[in-house]
Amino acid sequence: MSGSGKRSGRIGAVILSGLMFTLIYVFWTGATDPYDISIFTVLAFGTCAVFVRGGIFPRPGLKKIAYAAAYIPYMVVEIVKANLDVASRVIKPTIPLNPGIVAVDTKLTTPIGRTVLANSITLTPGTLSVEIKGSRLYIHWIDVQGHGGEEEAKMIVAGFEKYLEVIFG
Amino acid sequence: MEILRLAGAIIVFIGSVFLFLGGLGLLRMPDVYNRIQAGTKATTLGSMCVFIGLGIYHPALLSRMLVLLAFIVITNPISSHALARAAHFAGVKLVKGSVCDRLEVEEAEDAASGSPDPIGNDTINDDRPAGDLGGGG
Repeated sequence: MSGSGKRSGRIGAVILSGLMFTLIYVFWTGATDPYDISIFTVLAFGTCAVFVRGGIFPRPGLKKIAYAAAYIPYMVVEIVKANLDVASRVIKPTIPLNPGIVAVDTKLTTPIGRTVLANSITLTPGTLSVEIKGSRLYIHWIDVQGHGGEEEAKMIVAGFEKYLEVIFG
Repeated sequence: MEILRLAGAIIVFIGSVFLFLGGLGLLRMPDVYNRIQAGTKATTLGSMCVFIGLGIYHPALLSRMLVLLAFIVITNPISSHALARAAHFAGVKLVKGSVCDRLEVEEAEDAASGSPDPIGNDTINDDRPAGDLGGGG
């Protein structure tokens, strides 16, 4: 149960998911009628109280929220870089490729942290997560640096781990 | 208002250019994994641009487009990861000239040392208490 002390319990998880569903509802329907919104809020929290269990979300704290807020623009920049990278490869007469699958160990311990890390890797330039075994990530890399050892592969995950270690532990 | 509509149209155009390049990459790349790479990245930014551009063109739709954007960003990498993983376990090899395939090497090592589960489902560290199969979250 590594890192379980840092995660929110059942009540915290219910509040977080209830807020999330209410927010999605308001954004999706553009509802402004307070009667409409309050009915949905009651329904959302009621459903979450029945179905949501604890121990998944990290417990929110000021530092985590600040890091999460900084993570979003970081990801947007990475996604744009990834697209320019792919676009520049695709339009060249011979596609410059140096592909391979590399392996790297992640420092993150929680399942949700590893999930977010794997998804982030997939969205960034030239990398695609193929498999996770325990803490070991296998990444398809379109342009392998060096001989594809652990040291080179660390470069891929280091930037994300800096943020995700604080957010998810 | 006109300037907003112009900006929206330009952003939608940029998005469609990225989507086109993604399709071109899908055709031109040499093997499954590289094709998945081109497909994922280009469609992510392409759809993001199309949604944002549409939201600017029709401001009433902007909040709805933000929800769609969040779902695209969450689900796109998951689907491409599932495709790549399935391809690897179906035995699809990397293109000739690839540098290394650590996953295949380490799997062969596991098989040689007599690991009972080559796919590695036993080793997924899910920190859940035993017997708790409830969904949610």
